[in-house]
Amino acid sequence: MNFLNAITLIGNYLFIPGLTYGCQLALGALGVTLIYAILRYSNFAHGETMAFGTMVTIFATWGLQKLGVSLGPLPTALIAMPVGILMTVVLCLVSDRVVYRYHRKQRSDPVIFLIASIGVMFLYNGLIRFVIGPDDQIFTDGERFIITAREFKTLTGLKEGLAFKTTQGITIVVTAVIVAALFWFLNKTRTGKSMRAYSDNEDLALLSGINPDRVVMVAWILTAALATIAGTLYGLDKSFKPFTYLQILLPIFAAAIVGGIGSPVGAIAGGFVIAFSEVAVTFAYRKFVSYLAPESWQPDGLLQLLSTDYKFAVSFSILVIVLLVRPTGIFRGRSI
Amino acid sequence: MSFLTGNNMTGGYGAADILHDCTIGVEKGEIAVVVGPNGAGKSTAMKALFGMLDLRQGEVLIGGENITSLTPQDRVTRGMGFVPQTSNVFTTMSVEENLEMGAFIRQDDIRGTMNQVYDLFPILKEKRRQPAGELSGGQRQQVAVGRALMTQPEVLMLDEPTAGVSPIVMDELFDRIIEIARTGIAVLMVEQNAKQALQIADKGYVLVQGANRYTDTGAALLANPDVRKAFLGG
Ligand SMILES: Nc1ncnc2c1ncn2[C@@H]1O[C@H](COP(=O)(O)OP(=O)(O)OP(=O)(O)O)[C@@H](O)[C@H]1O
Ligand SMILES: [Mg+2]
Repeated sequence: MNFLNAITLIGNYLFIPGLTYGCQLALGALGVTLIYAILRYSNFAHGETMAFGTMVTIFATWGLQKLGVSLGPLPTALIAMPVGILMTVVLCLVSDRVVYRYHRKQRSDPVIFLIASIGVMFLYNGLIRFVIGPDDQIFTDGERFIITAREFKTLTGLKEGLAFKTTQGITIVVTAVIVAALFWFLNKTRTGKSMRAYSDNEDLALLSGINPDRVVMVAWILTAALATIAGTLYGLDKSFKPFTYLQILLPIFAAAIVGGIGSPVGAIAGGFVIAFSEVAVTFAYRKFVSYLAPESWQPDGLLQLLSTDYKFAVSFSILVIVLLVRPTGIFRGRSI
Repeated sequence: MSFLTGNNMTGGYGAADILHDCTIGVEKGEIAVVVGPNGAGKSTAMKALFGMLDLRQGEVLIGGENITSLTPQDRVTRGMGFVPQTSNVFTTMSVEENLEMGAFIRQDDIRGTMNQVYDLFPILKEKRRQPAGELSGGQRQQVAVGRALMTQPEVLMLDEPTAGVSPIVMDELFDRIIEIARTGIAVLMVEQNAKQALQIADKGYVLVQGANRYTDTGAALLANPDVRKAFLGG
């Protein structure tokens, strides 16, 4: 019984939150990695792109709610998301046209692209605060829980409860669907293969008659969609606050780099590595140990490695270690 | 006038010219070979023919039509195929995907052409699911040539197709190249294995410092004592 309680405790506070957060990071890292693979630079504006997509989705959600449209137990934001994606695609394509295309023609250094993307980041950042403001927005509706801690307890008779929020379930399901669709696209369709070819060997892709402008355009469309979905799922789960989307940039880049930047599989693996490390290191193990250890061994402290205030230090440390030990990341980065 | 010709090409990568008044051409169904010392500008001449270099002077013609201002992609659609000297396969993609990418501009069914390539290079059929980066050097060159054949080009340009392959595989590859030429394709190749290449060449060009030094039939160049002494190692 104690053992089951311990497992439930870990499931509730570590596994489910880690899995959900990992999905959100994985989707974010996929966008970063895609731009890196095709345009060959680190897109610092990606966090704000996520925030922008989420913002539009929120406005569309409010609009739908006014019209009385709802998805029943599911959040209305799910049907508002296509609007967010569409607007974000437009934003990305316009940014590419106005900012990045020039540098592509100039064959600028990746570092110049990176600096340009920081400029774009600040622009988006201002735009978002100007339109929706810097405050928290809650746009989740529908059923809050798939199963509450109380229901779980009565169901199993355990002392520990396991709560599973609707937003967590949606995050996991949507991520699985999106990732499967992305891999199908990259590995089975002509356009997807041409993107892999372009990423692998740009010159040879040109010699094969692959149109670079089209490859770049598709990369932006995919990135905008991924960013909006990742941002909306994160916002549904945690509430939307523009500043958090700047903060999440660090774990997202850590995920992309740890997995091997440019590698989609790596981005997903990296997302889960970062998410689970962050959750595991900031988790207080006291109760967990007390379930398993004999009476006399009860710990005094919280048994927490790091306070949650320092959770960003986790991704940063992992990032530094990976760069020192294996700079190409787990899945040998560059080229999708 | 040959089917593909670069006439009096002059130009380079930056301020300095690499090519000086260089003329190279190849006829349909024939093999033309370009030889010369390292750094002579052989690869540069190939790039110039394919539009990957800005020419200051001269012109490139295909079937009498001036294509000097076309981009490389447009030249692919005009029936030109090019296998560069280095990085000539998509290493992370399977052999079959490499061939598919070669045929990217085609809208019709490519199965037939793919089977022709597999007939030409049976080993590729066996390895078709394997990433091209995991093949041996000789197998990679076969993928590279196969990729270029997928567009069903009228002109096939090869930059050192036998670089880094054993003598036996080299003979193999030359036999295949002869077969390709027999189907009516114009084959233009740069070769370091000058003697063997000139033996199968209808036409040969000896390039030195970006300029034509000798131009003749393959057999005549092989018989020329000056060429033998200076470029073919006696
Ligand atoms: N991308 C480049 N940018 C600037 N200069 C180049 C470039 N590629 C080649 N060169 C220069 O052009 C000259 C001719 O080079 P090229 O590659 O055409 O020689 P090559 O005859 O093909 O030699 P090899 O037999 O070694 O392949 C060399 O002096 C080289 O330094
Ligand atoms: Mg060369």
